[in-house]
Amino acid sequence: MANPHKAKAERGLMRWVDDRFPATQLWRDHLSEYYAPRNFNFWYFFGSLALLVLVNQILTGVWLTMSFNPSAEGAFASVEYIMRDVEYGWLIRYMHSTGASAFFVVVYLHMFRGLLYGSYKAPRELVWIFGMAIYLALMAEAFMGYLLPWGQMSYWGAQVIISLFSAIPGIGPGLAEWIRGDYLISGITLNRFFALHVVALPIVILALVVLHIIALHEVGSNNPDGIEIKDRKDEAGKPLDGIPFHPYYTVKDIVGVAVFLFVFCVVIFYFPEGGGYFLETPNFEPANQLKTPDHIAPVWYFTPFYAILRAITFSVFGLDAKFLGVLFMGAAIGLLFVLPWLDRSPVRSMRYKGWISKVMLALFAVSFVTLGVLGVLPPTGTRTAIAQVCAVVYFAYFLLMPVYTRLEKTKPVPERVTG
Amino acid sequence: MADSGVNKGRRRFLVGATSVVGAIGAVGVAIPFVASWQPSARARAAGAPVQADISKLEPGQRMTVEWRGRPVWVVYRTPEMIERTESLGDGILADPQSARPQQPDYAAGPMRSIRPEIGVLVGICTHLGCSPLYKPEPNAEDVGAEDWPGGFFCPCHGSRFDLAGRVFRNVPAPTNLEVPPYHFVSDTVVVVGEDGEGA
Amino acid sequence: MKKQLIALLFLLVPTGVLAAGGEGVHLQHMSPDLADKPSLQRGMKLYVNYCMGCHSLEYQRFSRAAEDLGMPEDLVVDNLIFSPELGFNDQMHRAMSAADAETWFGQPPPDLTLEARLRGTDWIYSYLLGFYRDPERPTGVDNMVFPSVGMPNVLEPLQGVQERVCAAEEGDAEAHSGEEGSSCNLELVSPGQMTEEEFEEAVYDLTNFLAYVGEPSKLQAQALAPKVLIFLFIFGVIAYLLKREYWRDIH
Repeated sequence: MANPHKAKAERGLMRWVDDRFPATQLWRDHLSEYYAPRNFNFWYFFGSLALLVLVNQILTGVWLTMSFNPSAEGAFASVEYIMRDVEYGWLIRYMHSTGASAFFVVVYLHMFRGLLYGSYKAPRELVWIFGMAIYLALMAEAFMGYLLPWGQMSYWGAQVIISLFSAIPGIGPGLAEWIRGDYLISGITLNRFFALHVVALPIVILALVVLHIIALHEVGSNNPDGIEIKDRKDEAGKPLDGIPFHPYYTVKDIVGVAVFLFVFCVVIFYFPEGGGYFLETPNFEPANQLKTPDHIAPVWYFTPFYAILRAITFSVFGLDAKFLGVLFMGAAIGLLFVLPWLDRSPVRSMRYKGWISKVMLALFAVSFVTLGVLGVLPPTGTRTAIAQVCAVVYFAYFLLMPVYTRLEKTKPVPERVTG
Repeated sequence: MADSGVNKGRRRFLVGATSVVGAIGAVGVAIPFVASWQPSARARAAGAPVQADISKLEPGQRMTVEWRGRPVWVVYRTPEMIERTESLGDGILADPQSARPQQPDYAAGPMRSIRPEIGVLVGICTHLGCSPLYKPEPNAEDVGAEDWPGGFFCPCHGSRFDLAGRVFRNVPAPTNLEVPPYHFVSDTVVVVGEDGEGA
Repeated sequence: MKKQLIALLFLLVPTGVLAAGGEGVHLQHMSPDLADKPSLQRGMKLYVNYCMGCHSLEYQRFSRAAEDLGMPEDLVVDNLIFSPELGFNDQMHRAMSAADAETWFGQPPPDLTLEARLRGTDWIYSYLLGFYRDPERPTGVDNMVFPSVGMPNVLEPLQGVQERVCAAEEGDAEAHSGEEGSSCNLELVSPGQMTEEEFEEAVYDLTNFLAYVGEPSKLQAQALAPKVLIFLFIFGVIAYLLKREYWRDIH
């Protein structure tokens, strides 16, 4: 395959590589000749930002592992060691702890974008399902990571969440014990959570991210109008409303990255505790299995589901409230997976759906946020009642979707993208 | 998507500017990650200078203190020991004048010390890191050398050093034993691991 | 639609307003000032003299405090390190052994390195000012902020003795039966070495020092933050110009 007329050494090197590895091909398929709709708006920043935060978490996580001591005796002290004795350890640690919250902020906005523009609908069901799997793995990752500093909230938060498994009739208590590897949360639990947090789950998440992107690039990106740009192509076979991801969306995403990093750094440098939501106050006290903090709340990104769990205060069909709560919480996440088959609307984007869909999505978003707020507050009678209403709205959004998306009158969809 | 009207120069300038500023940012991000590999405050505390009280050290004796996890010897050399050591020359030693930088400047010269009677040496063989044995008596038999003037003998590979830590010729060790930074805070207290003031 | 969505976005951003508050005890406010080095130095001196007998600062090194608070090494070694077992680079361990602490107090006095982050500076400030005479307690004192506290008022020589005076607003019977602390005030009945203002100043210094100890990296963060943010701003502007340049092709 030798080329006798090498114009440039650079080109020669690229050819040498391309003969052995499809570098240029991959660059074209995924960046320079990946055609994305030209009408991406604000909501389309969060995918690449999620990737950025993932890189941040992996990098800072690897560095934290270098100084962290995964044992019940040493974990808490080693976090303070990182915060004080290791050069720039405080910065790396805050980047990681703030990054965890930033990850969920970005992912929730990214998911909301999917709901808004129908990005889960055919042919993007697998993109959505891989995404949901990432979300699930991310929750497990965050939950296990939160135990590692071995503070009071780490300990009791894990205690509460693992106890959920004991609600499953029959196998429950044994299952919770199996997860803990002990009769209570102990160093044994810490060690296995550490292994999963730093090795197993990151591999799973990375693999899922690759699948998510491969699936996306196979079917192409959706857009705020919810129309297929591939349906209208020019003579060269390029979509009329498509533009190459690189350079147009790379330069645009760099702007998004700069804005995001600005906000991120303001939090890291000035509000690393995030008002007590990113790093919860009781976690500044080492875990003590004999003393529960006055008020336990999971980290904010879990609280919508936690509020649903607590909203179930009644028993039905002989199933007790504890098990029902777990069941509903599981269903709240599980329903997201089947969303592509619940939406029967002929159009994708909220722009062209009927008013019922719009109202339902707005109600859903409001109840999700309300549940999140209620989840961090101690329960009272009124709050539980509000949480129950919100939980009903949450489920109604999904369960009634096959009905209202079919009944409502949709607007005509344009042939070309707008705006 | 027409190429017409594209200001190529401005475009190239902005790509360059973004790349340069981005590269500066990447270096900035790398700084904390690289710096975090420096010895931490804990390591530095553990590696801080140590004090050795030599008031109980008898002439001819050696004591060992630990500094940064390594043995540091303090040897009290008698006048005979000093005489024997100073009489050694080029024929026997590889670097008799301590020309190579194995000691602070204030400890250069044949005796490699601030005070000739007090020698301070890192007790690690410069060959492969064993700790040599103290063989002060002249003509000791188990060091494998005739006319042994007294010194240190490494049992691992047979390297020999005199009482000033200078390495013999024809042994595996390439250089003299290291002299750590040290200074005297009083006649009987030596601080290992720190240069004296004005040094 | 767009406006609603942006409103939603703001709702999704968590706000600090909802932070779980105290247990209904009124706390006096203090704002730590880590730039006030003399205050931090006085606070450290008070801590070493009055607190460190019982309460360690397990994660705070003397050397780090000396550096951050601008004190030379020999000054710290001569004036602030009392135990012969502690060196300049060591953490600020208490003098008392854990076993002694157990027998004297029932449970060892807690480490205070992270106290300011755990309970907040307002709490510490109010707590230190909140001791009053109560002969029924084994230590002879109780505390407004931390009822039935096991710790004696170690600052009493400085502060003097306070007593709790409750306003009998709605009849004596109720005032006695209720646990309302809000209608009660503390009054100095026998003065100590300091005036009330001096003592409040001293407690401020001590609290300020504990705020520093809770998060010494805050000093570094505050020094680094403006540089990083200005850099990101410049980068953002250049990136925006680049984006606008390329997107001329499309619009």
